[in-house]
Amino acid sequence: MPGHSPGVQGLSVASPWVDQEKNTQQRIGQRVIFLKNRVFYRTSGVILRFYSLCLDCKLYFGDKSADMENILELTDVVKNYQTTKAVDHVSFSMPKGSIFGMLGPNGAGKTSLIRIITRITRADSGRILINGIPLNDDHPEEIGYMPEERGLYKKMKVGDHLIYLARLKGLSEKAAKDAIHQWMDKFEISDWWNKKVEELSKGMQQKVQFIATVVHRPNLIILDEPFSGLDPINANLIKDEIDHLRQQGTSIIFSTHRMEQVEEICERIVLINRGQNVLEGNVREIKQAQKQNLFRYNLAGEVPAGVLEGKEVIDHTPGSLTLRFSEERDSNIFLKTLVDAGAYVQGFEEILPSLNEIFIRTVQSQGMTIDQPINAPS
Amino acid sequence: MNKLWLIIQREYLSRVQKKSFILTTLLTPLAFLVFFVFVGFIMGYESDEAKKIAIVDEANMLRKAIKDDGNIFFTFPDKPLDSLKAEAARGEINGVLVIPPLSDIQAKEHKLFYYSDEQLSLDVESAIESTIGTRIREYKIAEMNLDPKVVESLRTSIEIDPEPIADDAEDISSMRTAIGAGLGFLMGIIMYMGVFIYGMMIMRSVMEEKTNRIVEVMISSVKPFQLMMGKIIGVGAVGMTQFLVWIILIPLVSILVNLVFGFDPQQMQSPGMGAAAQMDPDDMQGKIMMAMQELGSIDWWVIVPLFLLFFIGGYFLYSSLFAAVGSAIGDDIGESQSLTLPISIPVLIAFYIMMVSVRTPHSTLAVWASIFPLFSPIVMPARLAFDVPWWQITLSLVLLMATVVFFVWLSGRIYRVGILMYGKKVTLKELGKWMFYKN
Repeated sequence: MPGHSPGVQGLSVASPWVDQEKNTQQRIGQRVIFLKNRVFYRTSGVILRFYSLCLDCKLYFGDKSADMENILELTDVVKNYQTTKAVDHVSFSMPKGSIFGMLGPNGAGKTSLIRIITRITRADSGRILINGIPLNDDHPEEIGYMPEERGLYKKMKVGDHLIYLARLKGLSEKAAKDAIHQWMDKFEISDWWNKKVEELSKGMQQKVQFIATVVHRPNLIILDEPFSGLDPINANLIKDEIDHLRQQGTSIIFSTHRMEQVEEICERIVLINRGQNVLEGNVREIKQAQKQNLFRYNLAGEVPAGVLEGKEVIDHTPGSLTLRFSEERDSNIFLKTLVDAGAYVQGFEEILPSLNEIFIRTVQSQGMTIDQPINAPS
Repeated sequence: MNKLWLIIQREYLSRVQKKSFILTTLLTPLAFLVFFVFVGFIMGYESDEAKKIAIVDEANMLRKAIKDDGNIFFTFPDKPLDSLKAEAARGEINGVLVIPPLSDIQAKEHKLFYYSDEQLSLDVESAIESTIGTRIREYKIAEMNLDPKVVESLRTSIEIDPEPIADDAEDISSMRTAIGAGLGFLMGIIMYMGVFIYGMMIMRSVMEEKTNRIVEVMISSVKPFQLMMGKIIGVGAVGMTQFLVWIILIPLVSILVNLVFGFDPQQMQSPGMGAAAQMDPDDMQGKIMMAMQELGSIDWWVIVPLFLLFFIGGYFLYSSLFAAVGSAIGDDIGESQSLTLPISIPVLIAFYIMMVSVRTPHSTLAVWASIFPLFSPIVMPARLAFDVPWWQITLSLVLLMATVVFFVWLSGRIYRVGILMYGKKVTLKELGKWMFYKN
């Protein structure tokens, strides 16, 4: 580890601590925090570089290899409605077996995109590949789609309804039955088989809805605003199942305007605004690239006088101090200053921007507005 | 194709298995019979007020003998008019009918006077008029020394028997015309009801799917066109099932009702057929035999398949339009009115043309209306029993089928846009625009 981080810097920061009349335990604690940060950012920097190298390779060798590892690939997809550009030259790719977030405000064009992928509508132009094969009529059977506005036939029995939906996805009656029984057992709702949908509560219907989405073992699951209207218990249940499915190799798209909901689930995201792809990539990398060098120091007691001079204080509450630095390494220098000045630092962390902030910043930097276009079919 | 079949199955079974469907299907024939019996009873209801009427027959034309007519009891008391009037005033009798002597044996009109405080009902009045009229006729025949048989023979009942010009052509009787008209009317009514009842059923079902929000789940698995066609065919099959059940049940129930209650609901249906009632029983039997014969001689093997073809054509044509309208409107049933009106109008016009065509099956109106595809499903079946030239049937069918294909395609285009469109007030113009939307 020490060999990884530039040793000289590490030592120069560490040495003053020896002189401090402080508890050794504490010193070690702070040092660990500090080292963790450094190592983490160093490694992620390496990953970032490696990734961009891969991208270069991809460009260089053509994207054939990418087709193979991407479940979904969109190139220059355009969809115009009568008065609005719903999808405006969107391109992105989604690696197989990943959880992918499609984020953007209401009316940004997410649902339009999904409807193109699920073949509910057709794109005006552009190329869509699923597993490297241009989108065709067989693909809907490989896709499980849970729309934002979901419903069921109220008068149908739960079992019959699920069989019907599964068979429409190409399952045989027996296979459908078996799979549905499995899922219903898993959700502990087997005794609902003969109940009519209208007898179920909203939360129960959501479970049925979810089973209908995944029962045919789709390779790609698309969930449009999956947590809207879901109670927390079901939301967690579904999150768990999604995770489970991903481990089995299923690729999952989350489409939502509530970015904080998917921040921790999604590995990759695409940000959509006004039909355009404004940002795409790995969540961690995006956060790294977009970070503002914000650091929070948790202190016991007062901030020593004078240390804040010439510093950009973002937030200052008792016990916590948040600063923005022009250079990342300045945070460490300030930490030293703090410690030198006799402050008792209990915690030190970098604050990474939320996806929400990144979205707003990106959109603004591109000179766009976020307001919802009128008449956009959502 | 497999998916279409699944949708048809669901649409069919989900309706046929409903309790309400089973009940309506079984009870409708019964309800119809009860209705007809009831209507027959109402229409056949005669005055039930008992009337005691004293007759003062000044010329003794009735010879003191007259049959009591239902609830009207006639007496010929030998009392002066004034005392009878007093009795009437006291309420012992209802009224006094004075028959003055005929001014002339050949008088064509004769005025009687009825003294009473109460108004004669229309029924009673006409009953009295007809009874007294018959009696005075008999009196006149006797006075003139005429032979009643000779007088009776003056009345001639006329019947026109249509004969073909070519010798080898099939001879048809006038009965055929009546039966053809009845059959045509029946088929026209079935078409009209079928189009409306099942068209509306489809419209409601599409609306329900849309407001239920199941539709987006569905069309991520199947094409909107498949969903629409599945629904149309499924509901059509429901209609056919219902129709078949009724065809079997209605005669069965009417026979049962006849056996249990001892009256023939068919006769009750048409109390206006006074002529039949007055007919001589032998003659009646002859007529029935002839009717049976005529029914047997109708080319059922031509008419029934043709009827079915027109039915299917008309059903697809209109129900696809209803589906398109259903897709355009959300949960607001009131909104549907302005959009269903343009569909209902041709159906209504066709219905009226059908009623005329039954009477004049070869008029220009009937011929062209039975070829025009929007009217032909209702008008042509009404003419089928009247030996419609084959070129007309063929032309009509070809046009109808072409129109069906066009309208189903058109509706499919509206439907596919409509089912995903929420919260938009839809006008006819808007629907027109949808046809040209890209996918």
